[in-house]
Amino acid sequence: MPAIPSHVPEPSRTDPALIRNFCIIAHIDHGKSTLADRMLQLTGVVEQRQMRAQYLDRMDIERERGITIKSQAVRLPWAPTHDKGSTHILNMIDTPGHVDFTYEVSRSLAACEGTILLVDAAQGIEAQTLANLYLAMENDLTIIPVLNKIDLPAAQPEKFAEELANLVGCDPDDVLKVSAKTGLGVEALLDRVVADVPAPVGVKDAPARAMIFDSVYDSYRGVVTYVRVIDGQLNKRERIRMMSTGATHELLEIGTNSPEMLPADGLGVGEVGYLITGVKDVRQSKVGDTVTSQSKGAEEALGGYKDPKPMVFSGLYPLDGSDYPELREALDKLQLNDAALVYEPETSAALGFGFRVGFLGLLHLDVIRERLEREFGLDLIATAPNVVYRVVMEDGTEHTVTNPSEFPEGKINEVYEPVVRATILAPSEFIGSIMELCQNRRGVLLGMDYLSEDRVEIRYTLPLAEIVFDFFDQLKSKTRGYASLDYEPTGEQTSSLVKVDILLHGDKVDAFSAITHKDQAYAYGVRLVAKLKELIPRQAFEVPVQAAIGSRVIARETIRAIRKDVLAKCYGGDISRKRKLLEKQKEGKKRMKMVGSVEVPQEAFIAVLSSDDSAGSAKGKK
Amino acid sequence: MPSALPDGEPVPADGALPTSALAGAADRPLGFYLHVPYCATRCGYCDFNTYTATELRGSGGVLASRDNYAETLIDEIRLARKVLGDDPRPVRTVFVGGGTPTLLAAGDLVRMLGAVREEFGLAADAEVTTEANPESVDPAYLAALREGGFNRISFGMQSARQHVLRVLDRTHTPGRPEACVAEARAAGFDHVNLDLIYGTPGESDDDWRASLDAALGAGPDHVSAYALIVEEGTQLARRIRRGEVPMTDDDVHADRYLIAEEMLSAAGYHWYEVSNWATSEAGRCLHNELYWRGADWWGAGPGAHSHVGGVRWWNVKHPGAYAGALAEGRSPGAGRELLSDEDRRVERILLELRLREGVPLSLLKGAGLGASRRALTEGLLESGPYGEGRAALTLRGRLLADAVVRDLVD
Repeated sequence: MPAIPSHVPEPSRTDPALIRNFCIIAHIDHGKSTLADRMLQLTGVVEQRQMRAQYLDRMDIERERGITIKSQAVRLPWAPTHDKGSTHILNMIDTPGHVDFTYEVSRSLAACEGTILLVDAAQGIEAQTLANLYLAMENDLTIIPVLNKIDLPAAQPEKFAEELANLVGCDPDDVLKVSAKTGLGVEALLDRVVADVPAPVGVKDAPARAMIFDSVYDSYRGVVTYVRVIDGQLNKRERIRMMSTGATHELLEIGTNSPEMLPADGLGVGEVGYLITGVKDVRQSKVGDTVTSQSKGAEEALGGYKDPKPMVFSGLYPLDGSDYPELREALDKLQLNDAALVYEPETSAALGFGFRVGFLGLLHLDVIRERLEREFGLDLIATAPNVVYRVVMEDGTEHTVTNPSEFPEGKINEVYEPVVRATILAPSEFIGSIMELCQNRRGVLLGMDYLSEDRVEIRYTLPLAEIVFDFFDQLKSKTRGYASLDYEPTGEQTSSLVKVDILLHGDKVDAFSAITHKDQAYAYGVRLVAKLKELIPRQAFEVPVQAAIGSRVIARETIRAIRKDVLAKCYGGDISRKRKLLEKQKEGKKRMKMVGSVEVPQEAFIAVLSSDDSAGSAKGKK
Repeated sequence: MPSALPDGEPVPADGALPTSALAGAADRPLGFYLHVPYCATRCGYCDFNTYTATELRGSGGVLASRDNYAETLIDEIRLARKVLGDDPRPVRTVFVGGGTPTLLAAGDLVRMLGAVREEFGLAADAEVTTEANPESVDPAYLAALREGGFNRISFGMQSARQHVLRVLDRTHTPGRPEACVAEARAAGFDHVNLDLIYGTPGESDDDWRASLDAALGAGPDHVSAYALIVEEGTQLARRIRRGEVPMTDDDVHADRYLIAEEMLSAAGYHWYEVSNWATSEAGRCLHNELYWRGADWWGAGPGAHSHVGGVRWWNVKHPGAYAGALAEGRSPGAGRELLSDEDRRVERILLELRLREGVPLSLLKGAGLGASRRALTEGLLESGPYGEGRAALTLRGRLLADAVVRDLVD
């Protein structure tokens, strides 16, 4: 049973020297949530009988998919084993574990002085963990390397301790070995946090400055803002100011999480806790922003604030057009809790009314779509994800294209597309196939390093557009699931890009337009045209299906006119069946979308657009 | 009739109809369909409610055998009398179908007809038809039927080609159906039909022409030509799925239909329903027209469907269960549906559009009327009848009738 420490310092009256702010960097499934569970138990903040697995993961989707999207902070009292008299305050800041949320990760890291690098002793480090490790190193965090799951038969603690030691620059013996499942080594780990992680340093008497590292919408309490106080002190019932917008709010409540919210008098230097101001929208309380007091507030904000910028766009349309208002309402609600989610209404000739929605990345897209479908009961068609292009015309005008159908006509000078720096970690036997895949996706090799004898880190510059489709699935299948991928946006490049339109019976189908590299345009056109020929039923007239770049047709198929649509027999015993069949067909007809004069079944759109490939890629990445 | 029964509400044990069903009955003709659920062998394409065993026992232990089948069916005819109460209508048409009615002794068929006559009376010009298998009749059998009151006979010819008949599992020898026509004429039948099937896997255009030639050569006054429908659950469907025989393309069906229309009309047969041609008004099958015009008919026998004044019901499928219900004095009805006005409107459109005379435009609503104008411009509806307020299909329209119906019912 955990020993409850005595003389626990209270919030707003805690000596910064006793505070340790840390986070845990880990790959999905490497046991971060389980480790957090053990820490909650060992420090006694959660009673044994209230304990449940993955205590801190709130959303169903988080728990189900084992990902943490929104971070949290928990105040843990801990008296080190060697000095039971000095109770320290450990603030454990949970970080989102996915590449889409790199910015949020960086803000979480900025709230800490140290991090636990948690790696599965049977699997070794993965690309996303490595990326976050580099991020932590850039933030000058103290790294505590830990191998988890050492109780597993497949664990190779020596091998991976070596790997971690190489990465972190320590001795393999310094790598802690724990089992979050059994609790083995977790006390030693907490002691190590107290011993190694530096105490926060801030100016006690300066104007208050607190950094927002998370902001969560709660339907009962409004927005709950998580902050780390850098300088000064925030007190209950004072008025505060958001430095990026200048907006002021009254502090209705300030407190810490243990792990439930517990009101306090205030938060002092180095402390971590939450604020409630009554705002209803997380965009009024943005991650990375600086909170100060309204009167005698700070002049200068803390650095590092960025507006989240969507990288991937997709059109979301209700399958049933009459659900459009529900979709809008659902997006509004999700946006309350997701400052990175942007959307605007969009009309597609083929799909009707919907929204063009911008996402941080594929997982973000996937999570939002899943929440819309699950929590709001909507049936959606999502168009194939695309990136943002910058098109400069010969006359110097510039267009930002977030939807392929908006790609400008006329004389184009340059087209710019976003590129990313991709890091792939895999067993070295797959180097050949990984390089082949990346070359096919217009990748440029940046470098390659061996992490250990048989594990390699490969770095590529890749157009973002090439990885939003089915890249991750391809990577996984070419490496029998062993490769991991991380990427970060690094800017843009000019490319020979063209828009391929699909025409049905001479009418452009906006939803099927795509921007591709000109070398891939032909293959794309041929593939789509053939697929549509399969999916669209024969009509009363012949329907040419064409792929075209501008006015130049690059692929064509013909759906022959239907010549027979009549049941041979209709006698006494057939009539009920026939009437019911008719009713069913009428239902089916309702689900047809008219493209010009061509009836296209919803299924055809879904099959072509939802592109199982791309959805799969996001899913595979969790 | 197809083997799968629809979903519906239960039929009362005594088979009683809501009073609404009999309102205005005097203005509608009444027909009887008598189902014989036995076949010597099951054809690979057939999904009708038929059985090859000669004896079938229901769960209650009641034996339904081919030998006592006529008596069982007559029980239902007597039940019909009770249900229809004092309905004064004589029966306008009787149609014995199957299965293979001619697997029963001619005397059985005659006794079944006799029961209808006894209970309801037959109209003076009543049409009395039986389906017949070319291999199970001979001149004596035909004479007995004619003697017993049958005046129309329909032979399942299907094809004149041996290899086509083999795919269909038909056991008769080519040439036999044509001979039957002559025997039926000799026995004094006024009206003779030959059923043909086109689009059987392996059939060529020339095979089809040969079948039409053979049928026309025999000189029936009525020809039915059906595209082969591959029903789920049939042996043929399984063979096609396994790739043993090729599925016939819809375009081939369209070609064959055009060949049929061309040859039949050249020989003096006029289409009056999508799949039916006759040499004269009198040659039309009046019984089938009752179906297509929403008249009343009582379908007796396992799995048979009935329709009286907007109430449609269907009997239990299994001959054992059927016989068991009747033995206990219960209605063999398995389920029924009460058609709403809109159901009846939709049914009228989907049935009557298949007829040469077409559908009165007055049955259509706004959207359907708009669709009918488009169908007219697209050449799917005849302009002459349209001017007179009827939507009647052109030749191309006949091939796309279901598509036109879907638009017209809006």
